[in-house]
Amino acid sequence: MEKILTRYGDGTPVEMSVDDIRRDLEEGSEDAAERGRISTLAKDELDHLFDIFSSPHRFIGVEPGKEVVLSYDGSPIKMLRAQVNVDRLQCLQIYEKLLGADTLEMGHMDYSFKPIKPIVTYEQPLLEQVLSVTTAPVFYGAMPNLGLYSQPDGPFPNPSELIPQGKIEEAMQSYEAAVDDAVADIVYVSSAMYESGADAIILDTVGAAGDADFLAGLKATAILKEKYPGICIELGMAGEFVLGMHSELTWEGVRLAGLYAHEQVKLAEKAGVTIFGPVCNTNTSESTPWNMARAITFMKACCEEATIPVHVNMGMGVGGMTVNDHPPLDVASRASKAMVEICRLDGL
Amino acid sequence: MGMAVTHAIASGMGGMRAAGDLVARMQISRGMKINEAKAYVAEKMKVAVSDLTDPVIMNEAREDLNLGLLHPHAGSPKCMEAKFNIAELLDIDINCVNRFRERASL
Repeated sequence: MEKILTRYGDGTPVEMSVDDIRRDLEEGSEDAAERGRISTLAKDELDHLFDIFSSPHRFIGVEPGKEVVLSYDGSPIKMLRAQVNVDRLQCLQIYEKLLGADTLEMGHMDYSFKPIKPIVTYEQPLLEQVLSVTTAPVFYGAMPNLGLYSQPDGPFPNPSELIPQGKIEEAMQSYEAAVDDAVADIVYVSSAMYESGADAIILDTVGAAGDADFLAGLKATAILKEKYPGICIELGMAGEFVLGMHSELTWEGVRLAGLYAHEQVKLAEKAGVTIFGPVCNTNTSESTPWNMARAITFMKACCEEATIPVHVNMGMGVGGMTVNDHPPLDVASRASKAMVEICRLDGL
Repeated sequence: MGMAVTHAIASGMGGMRAAGDLVARMQISRGMKINEAKAYVAEKMKVAVSDLTDPVIMNEAREDLNLGLLHPHAGSPKCMEAKFNIAELLDIDINCVNRFRERASL
């Protein structure tokens, strides 16, 4: 029987039969549909996915006319991680002139709003220099990262220590206090960078510390949008559903814990988000066909609900991409094509 | 870096090689979905939507409209200069252009 080369979610190569690929596509979609209470992919969509995965070519792309806008997170960090010794300004010139980037993103090495706040006056002039030597839109990005607001890194008691002690009320109060501080930091830094000329602000990895983290992102967006009506805010999520670490937090009357991408985007729109970046996490022990069918099922539901542009997160370990520092081009290009063509996205 | 390169080649609009930066500006400034943004930019540039990702056609169009080039010539508008022209052609506010104009007392 014909074998098709694909990979597990961790990037390890695996040969699968036609029947196994088809079974994984169906089961991946069913898993997402059951968790998110959304529709599974239609037969023609599963067939299209199968065609993509059974393509003999080592690299494939979308059909002409279906290209989408790309936005990024932590761009300079990735170049520094590879020990390419360029400053952030040159890094963004490389993205613009050599890597075909549609947008640029300047972020600090310590990619969270809290540590950027005391050094924002050093970030502003660099951004202003970047804006004077680039043409593509420049985003400034960072994470709410509520984990930095609890002890020993921050001022508030650590909920992860309080909860095992049964101090639930104290843990919830700590999360609520952290939200207020995080919102103040996000608004402070974002205001400064916007007033220095940033084309957009990215709140990245929102929800990483759970529902309080997501609440901070929504509140900060609403404040910034009221302060600067023309501001563009891209809100990128951390995971496929909002972890209920506090569990009772609400925004605009909606409980945040447990929301999936197609529900998150409606709140993002209400807050004033311009571009939404949903996430679906990759399961390393399942195949890429399983992960892609699952991710596309979640993301398609999100795109159907959205009235704002959607840029699906497709970095390492999300959007069906493998969890590996070196994404294999075979499955990465298939994932890119499949996500764009089936979800009818606005960007990645 | 493999991720950025893969998406750029498999699915991206090509950035300044074509018109990716211009289509992105319509999502940023007007919140347009992808097809609306492409149609808007194509109309303003007087090209077909299918031309927007063609680096040969777009290089000529960008040069004619002074929108900035991947390989700019001596004397051709670059960077901030090009962004002034992009804001005018697309009829949008570009944050750094407005602030440059204000700070330079233009």
